[in-house]
Amino acid sequence: MPADFNWAIGGEAGDGIDSTGKIFAQALSRAGRHVFTSKDFASRIRGGYTAYKVRTSVDQVQSVVDRLDVLIALTQRTIDENLDELHEGSVIIYDGERTQMQDVEIPDGMVGLSVPLKRLAEDAGGAIMANVVALGAACEVGSFPIENLDSALEKRFKSKGQQLVENNMEAARAGQDYVKEEYDHDFDDYDLETTDEDYVLLNGDEAIGMGAIAAGCRYYAGYPITPATDVMQYLTGRIENWGGHVVQAEDELSAINLALGAARAGARSMTATSGPGIDLMTETFGLVATSETPLVIADVMRSGPSTGMPTKQEQGDLNMALYGGHGEIPRFVLAPTTVSECFWKTVEAFNLAEKYQTPVFLLADLAMAVTEQTFSPEAFDMDAVEIDRGFVVDENDIGEHQTEKGQFKPHELTEDGVSPRAFPGTDGGAHMSTGLEHDEMGRRTEDTDMRIEQVDKRNRKVETATEREDWSPREFGDPDSDTLVLSWGSNEGALVEAVRFLEEDGIDVRFLSVPYIFPRPDLSEEINDADDVIVVECNQTGQFADVLEHDALRRVKRVNKYNGVRFKADELADDIKETLAAEAEA
Amino acid sequence: MSSEVRFTDFKSDKQPTWCPGCGDFGTMNGMMKALAETGNDPDNTFVVAGIGCSGKIGTYMHSYAIHGVHGRALPVGAGVKMANPDLEVMVAGGDGDGYSIGAGHFVHAVRRNVDMSYVVMDNRIYGLTKGQASPTSREDFETSTTPEGPKQPPVNPMALALASGATFIAQSFSSDALRHQEIVQKAIEHDGFGFVNTFSPCVTFNDVDTYDYFRDNLVDLGDEEDHDPADYDAAKDKILDASKEYQGVIYQNPDSVPYGQKHGLDTNMSEIPDGAPENATDLVREFY
Repeated sequence: MPADFNWAIGGEAGDGIDSTGKIFAQALSRAGRHVFTSKDFASRIRGGYTAYKVRTSVDQVQSVVDRLDVLIALTQRTIDENLDELHEGSVIIYDGERTQMQDVEIPDGMVGLSVPLKRLAEDAGGAIMANVVALGAACEVGSFPIENLDSALEKRFKSKGQQLVENNMEAARAGQDYVKEEYDHDFDDYDLETTDEDYVLLNGDEAIGMGAIAAGCRYYAGYPITPATDVMQYLTGRIENWGGHVVQAEDELSAINLALGAARAGARSMTATSGPGIDLMTETFGLVATSETPLVIADVMRSGPSTGMPTKQEQGDLNMALYGGHGEIPRFVLAPTTVSECFWKTVEAFNLAEKYQTPVFLLADLAMAVTEQTFSPEAFDMDAVEIDRGFVVDENDIGEHQTEKGQFKPHELTEDGVSPRAFPGTDGGAHMSTGLEHDEMGRRTEDTDMRIEQVDKRNRKVETATEREDWSPREFGDPDSDTLVLSWGSNEGALVEAVRFLEEDGIDVRFLSVPYIFPRPDLSEEINDADDVIVVECNQTGQFADVLEHDALRRVKRVNKYNGVRFKADELADDIKETLAAEAEA
Repeated sequence: MSSEVRFTDFKSDKQPTWCPGCGDFGTMNGMMKALAETGNDPDNTFVVAGIGCSGKIGTYMHSYAIHGVHGRALPVGAGVKMANPDLEVMVAGGDGDGYSIGAGHFVHAVRRNVDMSYVVMDNRIYGLTKGQASPTSREDFETSTTPEGPKQPPVNPMALALASGATFIAQSFSSDALRHQEIVQKAIEHDGFGFVNTFSPCVTFNDVDTYDYFRDNLVDLGDEEDHDPADYDAAKDKILDASKEYQGVIYQNPDSVPYGQKHGLDTNMSEIPDGAPENATDLVREFY
């Protein structure tokens, strides 16, 4: 029996799939098991097909796989959609008393457990708890102590009263008892053992929001958009506790300009959006960079172009983040590779933004943003958070950065390119800032020499940062292997597991996961030393592969996925094998 | 410092490149005087300017300032004020900036009612691009891009503001220096979004909405003893009266509560601790 257990609940949007799945994931996490979740969802409020999937193990799990052991199916379509993942012996829990499920077809070799979910829920206090009855049934199938579910139910329903919590506990037990009595282990037993480990369970958007608060972000302006909305929802009601504020703007044009205004006033400030919002915000990128305003802009990527597939995975905005906007815009582009890295890269983004007074893009993606994943709480050690506000001057030292006439120089020409920053309200610091080319005082100029001085100064900040900061990739697998796999963003987890699968098959691979797109590590040596180089990413053209080829002056192999679904570990292992085999044949 | 501040302290050492006779000179002078008169100084004042002839104002004034993207001055100003309520925030732009490319932001800035002032230098023409129709140009106003006139009615900025829930609506004329200054001063003092549409004639490209036109046709509300700015219906009637143009504070909601007060924004957000804030570990615990 595999060490991991793969479970899902699926039905129509509006069936409570998401919250039921989250309760189960929470129960597993609280029982000291690692959890990695994924969602199949559509851009609609009701109907269609939606599913919440959980992979769990006592060891860390970082990816989804092509296997489903237990499926709670509220609709026939849920079974049809998952036929590829279901296997011999898979258990399907459904309510055979529901009219539309009476003729349900359980595929050959699989076990159908018909449980009267609705009836048992009504007996326990309300049909609305039918999904919880199913969770109880799933606990029995997985030999998972139901007390762990109680704890998650309590967390979910405590605010609505103890009675409701108890009703739900009863509903879960009704499901458990029904399976025990009616089916008495007519299926493969699983053993979801518990441990004493403490884990936290959160998704990438929440990690970005928590990272922002930890980093001292006080201002967030945004416009709701899937899959970035959770960042805004997370911050709302929390950031206020530290004197911060969230504004829902009228559009993304406004959002980035509100955030820019707060940053000019000295606040650590950010906005988050997805591709269509980045299109609008691009208008302001140049102003942020030219006025040397520290700003963090998160792009939680989804499938494009245009409205594309709003609830599907893609890493298609890399070129946009690198090159978006007219003229030449100095910027930093960070791409967190895991949910916990969403937290740390957000903290780093705020420090880089202020140290170099530059826009910083945080390129996250849908797969990571909506994935709930377990971590040890130490992965978010607040004592390890460092704040560096860069070159800020106050009343006492401002005199050193003024002209003879007492005019402050916010764009002073310095060796490292970084100029002094005076927060508004600082005596003697009044200055103009502008999207126009300007002199050291921020006053418009078309002087040819000053133009060159200022352009060079702004770009010098990037050179300085490249030298001063650590832009290393994250390294996995066999460092001496002749096969080099490179990737960016959320593919890391699936690749780490794929590398392990390949090892089991006797194939050694070196894997570098790159969280810095610009500036990025110089990997030309690694790329040129390897026999085979494979770049993995969720887009069609291979945008990251392009920049790496440009850096290393060498052609690389590409593994691309752009059907809207994230990479799975087992699938990736096969992709890499095939790519290597094709290369060997050639 | 504020008691000794003179309006010339708000002047930068850059000489304006506006055409001789441009209304923007008077508009800016009135703004500087109003800022000085209300006890502000350049170091606690933040001016946000749009794009166009009017947008150059940030360069000619001395204060903390930003000259941003066309049409987006209002969100920038709101962001500044929310992040540091101690600053006096004044946004200035033209009719194109405010009522065309930035019209969406105008509606929402009015609704949001952030405590700042907004002076629109309305010359009913696009001057910097050398004479095209603006959103406030008359329907039959001939320009290089509208040889027979725009053939669409001009935006009524005050009606737009009223419909968006404005708490302060005023109109002034750059050439009537004292009245203009006094009206901008009231906008600054207003608890909320102080909106002033200032007629600021373009002497180069607009031969219809001229100094003479406004001098002859503007009706000063100060002359009408009976106009109470708190009277919404009276204000509405005047704003919708197409036969006249008014100068003065047309509407002011005495019960206006600005955004910051409603949202409890009373701290300078630039001040943060050296590490993660106190109790930040509580955030991690929530995810158990």
